[in-house]
This record gives sequence, C-alpha cells and structure tokens, in this order.
Amino acid sequence: MSKARWRKARWVGLAVYCCVALLAATSCGSDDDDDGSAGGGTTTTAADTQIAGLGPTLEEIKQKAREEGEVNLVIWAGYADKSWAKPFTQQTGCKVVTKDGASSDDMVDLMGTGAYDGVSASGDATLRLIAREDVAPVNFDLTPNYADVFPGLKDKSYNTVDGVGYGVPHGRGPNLLVFRKDKLPAGTDSWAPVWDGSQAGKLSIYDNPIYIADAAVYLMATQPDLGIENPYKLDQKQFDAAVDLLKEQKPQIAKYWDGTTYADQVTTFKSGETTVGTTWPYQTNLMAAEKPPVPVTSLKPKEGTTGWSDTWMIAKNAAHPNCMYLWLNYIISPEANAKVAEYFGEAPSNSKACALTKDANHCDTYHATDEAWWEDVYYWDTPTTDCGDDRGEVCKAYEDWKAAWTEIKG
Amino acid sequence: MSSVPRVEPPPRATPGRRLSSFFHRHPFGRAASLLAAPIGWLVVVYLGSLVLLLMAAFWETEPFTNDVVRNWNLDNFRRLLEQDVYRDVALRTITMAGLVTIADAVLAFPIAYYMARVARPRTREILVVAILTPLWASYLVKAFAWNAMLGNDGFIGWLLEPFGIGPPGDSVGLWLTFTYFWLPFMILPVFTGLERIPNSLLEASGDLGARSLRTFWKVTLPLAFPAVVAGSIFTFSLTLGDFILPTLIANEQFIGTVIYNERSAGLPLAAAFAMVPIIVMTVYLVVARRLGAFRAL
Amino acid sequence: MVESPITRVLLRVGTGLTLAFIYVPLFVIAIYAFNENISLTWPVESYTTKWFRVAWEDESVRDALLLSLKAAFGATAIALVLGLLASLAVARYSFFGRETISFLVILPIALPGIITGLALQATILNVLSPLGISFSIWTIIIGHATFCIVVVYNNAVARLRRVAGSLEEASADLGAGSWQTFRYVTFPQMRSALLAGGLLAFALSFDEVIVTVFTSGAQQTLPIWMLTNFGRPRELPIVNVVALFVIVASIVPVWIAQRVTREPTAVGGAAGAAAGARK
Repeated sequence: MSKARWRKARWVGLAVYCCVALLAATSCGSDDDDDGSAGGGTTTTAADTQIAGLGPTLEEIKQKAREEGEVNLVIWAGYADKSWAKPFTQQTGCKVVTKDGASSDDMVDLMGTGAYDGVSASGDATLRLIAREDVAPVNFDLTPNYADVFPGLKDKSYNTVDGVGYGVPHGRGPNLLVFRKDKLPAGTDSWAPVWDGSQAGKLSIYDNPIYIADAAVYLMATQPDLGIENPYKLDQKQFDAAVDLLKEQKPQIAKYWDGTTYADQVTTFKSGETTVGTTWPYQTNLMAAEKPPVPVTSLKPKEGTTGWSDTWMIAKNAAHPNCMYLWLNYIISPEANAKVAEYFGEAPSNSKACALTKDANHCDTYHATDEAWWEDVYYWDTPTTDCGDDRGEVCKAYEDWKAAWTEIKG
Repeated sequence: MSSVPRVEPPPRATPGRRLSSFFHRHPFGRAASLLAAPIGWLVVVYLGSLVLLLMAAFWETEPFTNDVVRNWNLDNFRRLLEQDVYRDVALRTITMAGLVTIADAVLAFPIAYYMARVARPRTREILVVAILTPLWASYLVKAFAWNAMLGNDGFIGWLLEPFGIGPPGDSVGLWLTFTYFWLPFMILPVFTGLERIPNSLLEASGDLGARSLRTFWKVTLPLAFPAVVAGSIFTFSLTLGDFILPTLIANEQFIGTVIYNERSAGLPLAAAFAMVPIIVMTVYLVVARRLGAFRAL
Repeated sequence: MVESPITRVLLRVGTGLTLAFIYVPLFVIAIYAFNENISLTWPVESYTTKWFRVAWEDESVRDALLLSLKAAFGATAIALVLGLLASLAVARYSFFGRETISFLVILPIALPGIITGLALQATILNVLSPLGISFSIWTIIIGHATFCIVVVYNNAVARLRRVAGSLEEASADLGAGSWQTFRYVTFPQMRSALLAGGLLAFALSFDEVIVTVFTSGAQQTLPIWMLTNFGRPRELPIVNVVALFVIVASIVPVWIAQRVTREPTAVGGAAGAAAGARK
C-alpha cells in the first residue's frame, strides 16, 4: 500500500523535522563556555552594581519596592521565618516568597533558572554564582546596616572578588560534633570517635561532597606531614588521603542527614541508632526542644571544624531588585539579625544584634564577638584548581570532590 | 391526498458534513487528524525533551561555573565504564527492581484473585476503593513514615520486640518499603486480568479432572501472566528511577540518586547515566509487549 | 465457584494480611499527626492536637493545595482530550505504526520520573526561556499532562475495544456526520471510562512530586510544599496532618468514581496502567 507508506513517511518526516528544529534552536543558542577563573573581576563601578530597575537612592528604592510588592528568595530552610519576614512585609510592602534549597548545588541550580531575586548562599556556592554571573555586586551605600557587621565577616574570600563585595553575611555557624552523653565518655572533645571505629555502625554524617573538607581538617591534626593548611585546597596526595579516610568511615555510618532530614537526625539520636556525628546548632536546638530532650552534648572539637557563613546575594537580573535591596539591608539589621541568629542557632553578623537577643547570653554562647574562636573554623568554600599558594593550579576542583563523594558512598 | 411517499430532502452539504464525508472516504486521514494533537504533543514535548537531555550526555561541564559546554565527546561514557561505582550502582538498582517485582507479584496475587473471583460485587467495590485510597496518601509522607517505622525505635522494631528480633537491616528494609509503595500498581492490573478469565475455562479444567492447584498452575496462571507483566512494568520502572527512598531508608546509592546528585553541577554525566534506565526500560517494554502485557493494561 | 473452600479461606486470609500491610503505615501516619514531638519514635510519647490548628492557620498550605488542584484539573483536561483522540484513532482504525502509538504513549510513565523531569527542565531552560516562557503553572501542567495521557488512553482503548464499531457505522448509515456520531453514539459509551481515567489522572497529578520538582520553578504544589516542610522540622508534624486530611478527603471522590463507572475493570485497568507516573 504505497499510499499508506507515503503517509507514514510524512509522519516520520515531521517527527525528524521537529527534532532537527529543536537541535538547531538549541545549538544556535548562546554558548556558555565561560572561562570562569576565580580571580576574574573588575573593580566595582556604579554601573556594575546597578541592576535594571533599581532606584539610585534609598528613598527611591523604598518607593519602587512598594510598587514591586514581592521578593523571591532561595534560602536555607528557616532563613525567612514568619517572625521576621512578616515585619519586613509590613514595613516595606514586599511579600516574601521563598524556595528552599536542599544543598548548595541546588541553590546554584535554582539561581541559574533566573526565577529568583536573591539567595542565601554558602561559601561553596558563592564563587560559582559569581563566576556564572548570576549575581551582581552589592552597593553597600544602599545597605546602611552593613557598617555594623563584624569585621571578621567582611571581605571574605568566598564572597569578595578583587575587592568587590557580592553580598551581605547572614550569620555564621560551625559544624559541631554531637554525641550521646550516655554512650560516650563525658570528656570527649575530639573528632576521633567519628573516624577511629570506636562507634562503628552508629555515625550520623552530613551527606554532601563538602564533607571531604572535614576529613581534611581531621588529617591536619593526625597527619601533619601531609601539610594541609586549607581543607578546601587539597592537592592530589592530600585529597587521596582524605578520600581513603572517608572510605574507611563509610561502613561505620548508620545514617546520613541533609537539608531535608533534620528531623530524622533528631529521631536517630533519640533512639540511639546514632550515637555520634556532625550536626548544626539548628538540630541541637531541636533535640533540646523534644519532650523529653535528647541527651546529647555538642561542641567544637579541639582539631577545629568546618563551618559556614552564608551570604545574601542579589540576582543580576532580579525582577524585584528594590525589594531585594531592602531585604539585604533588613536581614542584617540588628532586630532581624538577632531573631535569625536565635531561630537557627548561629552567631549573628551584626554586632548590634547581640543586645537584642531574647537570651542575653546568646552571643556569648555562640561566640559572636570572640574572633579567636573562629580561627579554626574553616568556612565552606568552593574548591578550585587554584591552590592559592606556591603549589599553583594543582588542587582538586569541586568536580573532583563530587566524583569522589559518589565513589565513597559506593 | 397524494400517494407519493414524502421524501426527505438530502441533508445540506455544510462544511461539517463535507469534512465528514471526506474523512469517511479517507480513513487514514481521519486517523491522522485524530492523532495529530496527541502524537504531536508526545513527540515534540516529550521525545524532543528527551533528545535534548540525551544530547547533553555527549557534552561536558566547565568545572568552575558548572555551565554545560557543547564539546561533543564520549568522556562521560568512558567515565561510567571505568569507575566501578557506576556499575555497582546500576547492578544494585536492577537487582532490587527485580526483587521488588517478584515480591509485589506474590503479594498481589491472593488479594487480586479474591477480588476478581471470590468476593461478592459489593465487597469487590469496597476492596477496589480500599486499594486505591493509599494512592492518595502523599508519597513523601509515606516515605518518612516508613523511615520512622524501620528505625531503631520504630513501629516495626516495636512489633518484633516480643519475638526478640530487631528491626530489619538497610537493604531488607528498603526492599519492604519499595514493595509497599508499588503494590497497588501490581494488584490492579492482575485483578483486571483475572477478572477477564471466563469461569467456563476453569470449570472445564475441573471437568477434565484437574484439582484446583493444577487448574491454577496450568490455566489461571498462564492466562493471568500478561497482567502480571503489565504490573511489573511499573514496579520495575518505579524502583529503577527512585532517588528518595534509597538514600532515606538505606543510605544506598541507586541509579536515581546518582542522576539526581549530578543534575546541577554534572548534567552531562547525569544524562549519560540516564541512558542506563532508558535502555533497560525500553528493552523491558519490548519484551513486555511480546508477552502480551500491553493488551492487559 | 471453582475454588475449593480451603482455597477460599486461604484467599481471605491472604487478602486480610495484604490489606493490613497496606493500611498499617497509613495508620502510623495518622497517629503521628497527633505527635507532639518532631522525632518519629514509637510509641508516641505525648499527644496533642495543636498541629491541626497550626495547619489550619498556615496560609502556604492553602495556596499549595489550591495550586495542586488547579494543576491537576489542567493536566487532566489536556490528558482527557489527547488520550481520547489517540484512543479513537487506535481503536477504530488500523494503520502502520499503530503498535508504536501504544509504546509512545506509555513511555512517559514507564521511564523513571527523574528522567522525564530532567528532560522537561532542559527544554524549559534551553528552549522556552529564551522565548520568554518561564516556569509557571503551565509548565507544571505540561509535565503532568504528558504522563497522564496514558491513563485516559488505556481506559478509553479498552472500552472502545469492548464496544462494537458497528454502532458507529450504523449511525453513519443513518446519515449522521462524524461529529454527530461521536456526540450521540461513541461518547455516551465512553463516558464512564473517561471518567475513571480522568479521576486517576487527577490523582496522579495531585500527588506527583518528582517531575514537579523540575518543572515548577518557584511554584509550590502540595507535594512540593511537603518537601519544603521536611526541611523545616519545627512544624514538621503538620505535614502528617495535611496528608491525613488528603487521604480522608479522597475517599469520597474515589467511591463516587467506583459507583459511577460500576465497572471495576475500568478503574482497575486505568490505575494499573497509570500509576507509574508517581515517580
């Protein structure tokens, strides 16, 4: 039946045409080969920080924000809780719409869609966002509260490139060692139980490639001849040692946890399924709030630890830049920052926030003013090939960290 | 009074009727115009998107910005073949998918048979509703519930305590969870398939001297087999692509988890690895069609 | 009855056990909706009803629920139209490539959801965004409709195969045009099959999370809302409350669908064919 064949051929032809058209359409799209050198960047000019639609002065920003009426944020869970988001909306007229990122990778991904105005990015996401040109530098004249930020949080390597700042700091916190008081000796102050097999089968570990840095931190103390100085700048030998250590640890892990399973970590510590591991103050607060509270101790071990300080960044093509600038200024205002710090369990970034926390000792408990305490806290950073010292470009990049993490998990 | 019967005038040749007549004379034309929208949708939206994704498998990522660079090469596939972990993950996933399918088939059969051939119509209706209702319980909530149930202080541990057994291990727990989740998708096709078997065939078998077990083995089972295969398409494919349960319940990496983890910073690798479930399922579908599953859906 | 009494007893026991297996976790979820703690140990240590109040006051739940309903209606409508068209072509005409149609239609549901999701996201980012179309309820609907088509299609094809085409030929002989035949002859016979398929498509779309994660952008359907709330454990138990509400609320529509179709096979066939889209 040649007629049927001919008709069939027409349909096949149409299908092929569609595929070819798609191919052509996408191939003709702009090629994104950015040569993303970490150091690339020019000095800020007023034009750099100028985002389309942004008012030039604070007054105009406030006016335009009322017209915008909304701000779309990518956040870590809990970073825009009602208790400070609602007053913001009342003050500025900007409704706060949020999307939780489950991980830094997720956040980089989400910002790449161009649907959001800003993000609370950790150090392992910030440099990537800057290199991808998804975020714009911040004009600190338009965020007056920035003047009160602790000096120890300004001009950090993960959010400042060539002297150009790309965001305001949210607060800072450490990755803590947490252990069951009744299962481990009271004086435990080292990461050793997490690595040496004494609690095999009962570990609770953060599920993310950045955890390789924690292995590196431990190696800094136990294998000093490896010469690790920065746990995010590991050359092949140091990297292999860290990966080997992690592979030894893998069979001892009872449960991983991440940004969607905070409650699960609380449950596993409560039931004793896990007795020791890494955690954030967020979970230790949750564990303390249980009825009855989970009997754990959490602390920064003597070897030091990794930590995080998240940076609020504004999208280059933000649809609501004025609301976003108001948010940037608001979130580091003493009132909001105090609430933020207490809610999540971290040290505030604004020095004036300490006077406003409900718990008068909050800043002391979280070492907000104790810069020395933060000396051995290695904030999350983005691993790149550039070792930043005389070794040159031999360090392992995030890509390798990801590949290794997949291999470690098996 | 006229004796000429009244003749209805022929219907007016409106455009609609002309179109109908055209289609009547060109049945393929009618089929084609009916198919234009759905097939057009599926080809353009779905296949087109798949092609777009799979093209990425031949590209690579710029290491720092994670942008996809359109350098055509086979590096991703090389990496998948060289590094053992990917092979292990693939085998682990496929094995689990098989085990889950078997468990679901075994578990589904009694209830499906009961509903199809033994239960009264009223009971049957109730049972169908009972089977369908859990589909409305959120996947995520069920996942976290199972995670809780399998924990040290979980429901299952509490049930087994008097017997002195602890809660099941990671892999067994995961297998149980998968079996639970996909069970309704096996019960319903098997139920439909068993319903279609005419009673007369089973009675004839009995008349010929076979007892119920032999009838079951030689008559019922072969007739219901295509339905089981139909159900297995879903139990197999759902296990193959799941990325939430393996990490949550068993800390294990499955094909889905690897793809999910690589999706942002390593899309080309994710796309390359995605070929594995695509190939597996395509083969599975072809075999299933041979076994008559498509008619049993 | 062909089966022996012992067989029937065994079947009843087997059915009971399977039903218990299916419903115990749902019962656990229901209990956890009253759990005061966020940790999920068993037995529950302290009970409370406060989460019901919290869930009731939470605006985001209502918004998410509304969006889920809208998306499900949209996806079901599209799936009904496309599935109906495809089934009419396949069941009533034979042509080259007919077998392939079934294959193509089932593909979105047979391939893992993460692949469908990634593929659609790639299209949205690389093809639609440059054209100015970005994530919205329509991208969600497109994603859902794609794998819901098969549900309607399978149901409709099964029904059309059971109903003789001779009725339509008779209608044409009597002078009805194509549309009239469809409206007065074909459609009434297919109505219940379409209803069953549509209801299942609705259920699939409503609880879908995997593909939705990739196609929703900033939008929150109910499953996305739940996913978000797992990361906000302070109010985690309201997720259980909402899940319980949805389970209970769905019993009535499912029951009605059962009665209206009065053909368990229609529902069964559709569900069996359809369910995969969950993931």
